[in-house]
Amino acid sequence: MHLDHSHDSAMAVSADAARPDGTKRALRIGLGGPVGSGKTATVAALCRALREELSIAVVTNDIYTREDAEFLLRNAVLPPERIQAVETGACPHTAIRDDISANLEAVEDLEDAVGPLDLILVESGGDNLTATFSKGLVDAQVFVIDVAGGDDIPRKGGPGVTTADLLVVNKTDLAPYVGSDLGRMARDAKAQRGELPVAFTSLTAENGVKPVADWVRTQLAAWSA
Amino acid sequence: MDTSTPDPAAPGAARTALLVLADGRFPAGGHAHSGGAEAAVKAGRIRDATDLAAFCRGRLHTTGLTSAALAAAAAAGVDALALDEAADARTPSPALRATARKLGRQLMRAARATWPCDALDALAAARPRGAHQPVVLGVTARAAGLGPEDAAHCVAYETVGGPATAVVRLLGLDPFEATAVLARLAPELDQVARRAAGAAHRALAEGTGTLPAASAPLLDITAEAHAAWPVRLFAS
Ligand SMILES: Nc1nc2c(ncn2[C@@H]2O[C@H](COP(=O)(O)OP(=O)(O)O)[C@@H](O)[C@H]2O)c(=O)[nH]1
Ligand SMILES: [Mg+2]
Repeated sequence: MHLDHSHDSAMAVSADAARPDGTKRALRIGLGGPVGSGKTATVAALCRALREELSIAVVTNDIYTREDAEFLLRNAVLPPERIQAVETGACPHTAIRDDISANLEAVEDLEDAVGPLDLILVESGGDNLTATFSKGLVDAQVFVIDVAGGDDIPRKGGPGVTTADLLVVNKTDLAPYVGSDLGRMARDAKAQRGELPVAFTSLTAENGVKPVADWVRTQLAAWSA
Repeated sequence: MDTSTPDPAAPGAARTALLVLADGRFPAGGHAHSGGAEAAVKAGRIRDATDLAAFCRGRLHTTGLTSAALAAAAAAGVDALALDEAADARTPSPALRATARKLGRQLMRAARATWPCDALDALAAARPRGAHQPVVLGVTARAAGLGPEDAAHCVAYETVGGPATAVVRLLGLDPFEATAVLARLAPELDQVARRAAGAAHRALAEGTGTLPAASAPLLDITAEAHAAWPVRLFAS
């Protein structure tokens, strides 16, 4: 029909790098990975580490509650108007990959309500090793696993481990107690991911999120350039 | 050459467009909504395929008919903003109004990406927070080269398809049984779609006041309660 002119007057379609008014939109980073690996803890720590230098908002995709959003609120990592929870109809991977409508709406609403924003973190509801974010929703994605889930996860691979822009292996403080071999995890990750980066973190340590925060800063510098 | 709208002279014109729009995988946000089924499951009103069939039949002939007629009217070219008001008037539950507008906004995004046109742009500009979903669907159908009855079929099918999928997830209901429920409802779906299309043609001549206003009070009441649940799987 009218394919000769653009139709983005009232909202950007999805992956457009500009807001409808032409200014550059916030960088959107997705955090995925199995339930309990430390996604919410990473989001909270990132907010604490970066909120002085950046304007941040968070979208959570809980499987059936608002607990992630409430955890972030309770711990006052951001003011409530900067946190939005999305319901996923029992299918967390659908909401971040196959039908990203509700997440895009949340992102748009946050930009409208508290923007301009520099960074929006989108936490997935926690899923299996095949769940990844659509490029229509996020610009880069972090896959968070932990040492307690078994040190063979990097070897098993799967789209999250293999293709995420950053692989985080969290809870390194627990490695001695669960018999996980960090050296083996690093070698297996390297074999699966080639040059893509891997960060080993322990969020119980002082400033334990630093490797991830530094990676986010690099992404932002590239985005704003 | 214009390649985005089907050639109406071709046999089975626009049938593929109808399949694209009616496909449950069309990315318009519906997967996170149960159409009241989550509340009905929790209350023990849906426990098996027989209950699901009864629930779907009730929904189809009430809110299904009303929504299908709104969509058909939009596809027939009745003014979308007048239809949006008519939809509000036919949706007493504030929670369901919010849901309808949310889904309308989400459908709008997918529609503008798939069948870009001025009519969708105009509606998006007039209702940036979302018009009622059936109205957006009707305008979308028109943009895709579909007619009122096609739009009515889409909405009628969605009215029962949404709860059926949700119940498969909520109860672990056998997916074959759930699909058989939908197939057995087909004659009634066709009937509702025809009635809706007839009402749309009448609205074209006589205004939106003549559109059906059937509703299901229990769905309205449970939607209000569901919206306040602290723990739920579906958004509505
Ligand atoms: N020991 C230890 N526990 C952690 C670490 N990171 C997170 N946790 C804990 O692991 C549990 C699950 O974390 P959470 O962030 O909710 O996981 P999510 O499901 O991926 O969001 C919580 O009890 C956290 O406090 C870590 O680095 N070390
Ligand atoms: Mg979490």
